[in-house]
Amino acid sequence: MEIPYTYKARPDTGLYNAKVGIWLFLASEIMLFGALFSAYILLRVSAPVGFWPDVALAWPRGLLNIPIGTFNTAVLITSSVTVVLAWAALKMNNFARFRVYMVITVLCAFAFLGIKSFEYNDKFSHYVIRLQDGKALTGHIEVDGKHPRFWNFSDQWSVAKLAEQKVAKIKVEMDPERDVHGHVKAHGSHDHEVREVAVSDIVFMGSYTPATHPFFAVYFLITALHGLHVLGGALVLGYFAFPGAKMWKSNPEQFINRIEVGGLFWHFVDLVWIFLFPVVYLL
Amino acid sequence: MQSTASHAHTSATDSSHGHAHHEPGFFSKYIFSTDHKVIGIQYGVSALLFLLFGFFLMLAMRFQLANPGKPVPLVGPLLEKVLGEDMAKAGVMGGDLYNSFGAMHGTIMVFLAIVPVLFGAFGNYVTPLQIGAPDMAFPRLNMASFHAYFLGGVVMIASFFTPGGAARSGWTSYSPLASVTDLVNRFDGQTYWLMGMVLLITSSLLGSVNFIATIIQLRCRGMSWMRMPFFVWAQFVTGFLLLLAFPPLEAAGLMQLMDNLFGSSFFLPQGLVVSGSPLQVSGGGSPLLWQHLFWFLGHPEVYVLILPAIGIVTEVISNNIRKPLWGYKSMVYSVMSIGFLSFIVWAHHMYLTGMGTKVATFFQTTTMMISIPSVIILTALFISLWGGSIRFNSASLFALSFLPMFGIGGLTGLPLGFNASDIFLHDSYYVIGHFHYVVAPGTMFAVFAGIYYWFPKITGRHMNELLGKLHWAGSLFFMNCVFAPMFIQGFKGMSRRMSDGGTTYFGLGVDPGVLKLNNMIFWSAIGLGICQIPFIINFFSSIFMGKRAASDNPWQATTLEWSTPTPPPHGNFLQEPVAYRGPYEYSVPGAKSDFSPQGDKN
Repeated sequence: MEIPYTYKARPDTGLYNAKVGIWLFLASEIMLFGALFSAYILLRVSAPVGFWPDVALAWPRGLLNIPIGTFNTAVLITSSVTVVLAWAALKMNNFARFRVYMVITVLCAFAFLGIKSFEYNDKFSHYVIRLQDGKALTGHIEVDGKHPRFWNFSDQWSVAKLAEQKVAKIKVEMDPERDVHGHVKAHGSHDHEVREVAVSDIVFMGSYTPATHPFFAVYFLITALHGLHVLGGALVLGYFAFPGAKMWKSNPEQFINRIEVGGLFWHFVDLVWIFLFPVVYLL
Repeated sequence: MQSTASHAHTSATDSSHGHAHHEPGFFSKYIFSTDHKVIGIQYGVSALLFLLFGFFLMLAMRFQLANPGKPVPLVGPLLEKVLGEDMAKAGVMGGDLYNSFGAMHGTIMVFLAIVPVLFGAFGNYVTPLQIGAPDMAFPRLNMASFHAYFLGGVVMIASFFTPGGAARSGWTSYSPLASVTDLVNRFDGQTYWLMGMVLLITSSLLGSVNFIATIIQLRCRGMSWMRMPFFVWAQFVTGFLLLLAFPPLEAAGLMQLMDNLFGSSFFLPQGLVVSGSPLQVSGGGSPLLWQHLFWFLGHPEVYVLILPAIGIVTEVISNNIRKPLWGYKSMVYSVMSIGFLSFIVWAHHMYLTGMGTKVATFFQTTTMMISIPSVIILTALFISLWGGSIRFNSASLFALSFLPMFGIGGLTGLPLGFNASDIFLHDSYYVIGHFHYVVAPGTMFAVFAGIYYWFPKITGRHMNELLGKLHWAGSLFFMNCVFAPMFIQGFKGMSRRMSDGGTTYFGLGVDPGVLKLNNMIFWSAIGLGICQIPFIINFFSSIFMGKRAASDNPWQATTLEWSTPTPPPHGNFLQEPVAYRGPYEYSVPGAKSDFSPQGDKN
């Protein structure tokens, strides 16, 4: 006996096997990301006040780049539309158009990842510094005339490491001033004021990385996990567009199903970002 | 009978026919097989080996508790040689080694032994046969699921040999303890544990998607939902528990990995002091968060451990009482209610964390609610026995003793579910006693019942009844001798965590009698081990020398797995099976025999 309903729908459920499988898988994924979002909420509401040095709030706000995040949202939504168009093109028996839309989808995915890594890079070299007098500074730093880069983990600086390497002064390229809600107070010429800080004045410093604050820990964990989903999805859709497309000749019905299932996953990845963007960037 | 005999015949010619064309090699037949029956056997064999390993860890621990500070006999020098002087100096189990054995005993038993044997082995082998399916819906995912499980097991075992030893923060791996056990070597046993868990969670995800899709899509003609054997229902609900409860633990595991490897503070509060010096982390995290995420898995997991066991027991009992199961529908609705409720009871493990009395009251209420469907199932099984002409073979003896043993396990859970009494009993040996009554004489008896029951289908031979009954009697006696004293120790306030068996508490002359129970438990555990020898002999000798099964349906059972050839060939059924009636039609008035198989038209 062969396994039934591998691509034909079962009459009473109206579904083929893979469609049941992908919905179940997505249910599990919702629980995974749901747990991470819940963790975000719990960490945020229980964060001790005054813990984040920059503002009088427990939870850092306004540190992520909203315009870039918005642009990335648009990129991902575009790819979600094109993946549907690719599937629809197959339904209309137009393979060439399918391939064009699929290629656009995959390109959008890689554009998203590229923009995301640009954001990551910025965070790894961005520092928060608390001084002896209780004031806090945030911005990019320059040590011995060099900007730390994210691909080199030995470029991560701390007070102890600065003292160990006998660095007396560092330069801080200051961020614009913010109010307690994280909004930029004023735009103007002093946006990127560069200030010299004596290492002996620094009580604490840390880059915008998981070790510095749970906000960054949760930000990096959720976005990295989402990024892995984008990557995985892009690889699978790319496979369908080229080497896997041979099935279009041998079994078009099953091939369309594959695109549908891959598309469902892709919509889910998009949906996670639709929640992630407002929760992490805007709120 | 005639039709089953001809089955066997056609199957033999079929397979010889297949041989002539292509003979699958050893690897594709036994390692990279996509056949649900081979995968089921792979799961079963690996899980039983892990079970034995977990049992030996427990024996070493029980020796230490009964004879604190004495070198472990037989294996003591080996422990010192393999694990190093820090762990077992002169063969004496150190505190760290005790803790890591404790953590790994729990982890191995729950994630590598019991769940795989119930869900992976029995589920894989029996579920597709019972619903009349040729295989699982996604055979290659099924294979990947087993491989992920096996790899997870290898990682877990490998962790024993890392510097610093295996994970030693309990099977629950509570943070911050789990994040500070080894501050120098961050790639310690705990990190291995987390990586192993990620693999095991992947395995269970693939498995559960597969099971649910199979049960929804591949039921044969006539196999409506209410004609499914109860075992399939239990697997169906278990599949949902695994699918939805495990991902939060995966999230928590990733967070703890980040805490351990990248210095983040998901679970580390501010101002944490370890061994007298402040921990160099940002802090600001929440230890409660780990507990919530862990128990969100942890509690449904308990039902993953028990529901398939109840499913096996139901199959064995219904077959051996020769009458219809009482209250099949109420059992089905109960198992669904259990599945739903098990997601909202998790924080009853956390009454002592200070999460607040209002929250505790909510979880106390839901915990009491979930006992209702459990009692309905147990009651239905008990009432089914009434008026039956019960056959007392090894399988049915194990299944029958499951009922009172699981009953004890369940009832002793009630005082733990109540907030007020739990505060007294929490973290004592009472908890150990309660939990093990559910899983050891409970689930394990169901596993043994299942092995004796389906052995003739898998191998074509019966297991020896005399050895089976010896195995049953000894196991039943010693199981109770091991776990019943733990209730007394718990009531006396003995903590479950101490590696010296409570000497520091009770050495002051409080109640030495409680300490003496440690001796009794140790010797009973040895006895329990000895009673498994007949089973092991029986298992292996019966594969080759057991009494041949008289037909494809030696137990005269009704469910579809018995209308396949023995053992079922690739693809399972020779012609498309059809379910004509419910699963438990025994002694139907007017029928020609006392059983009416689902697949027989008349």
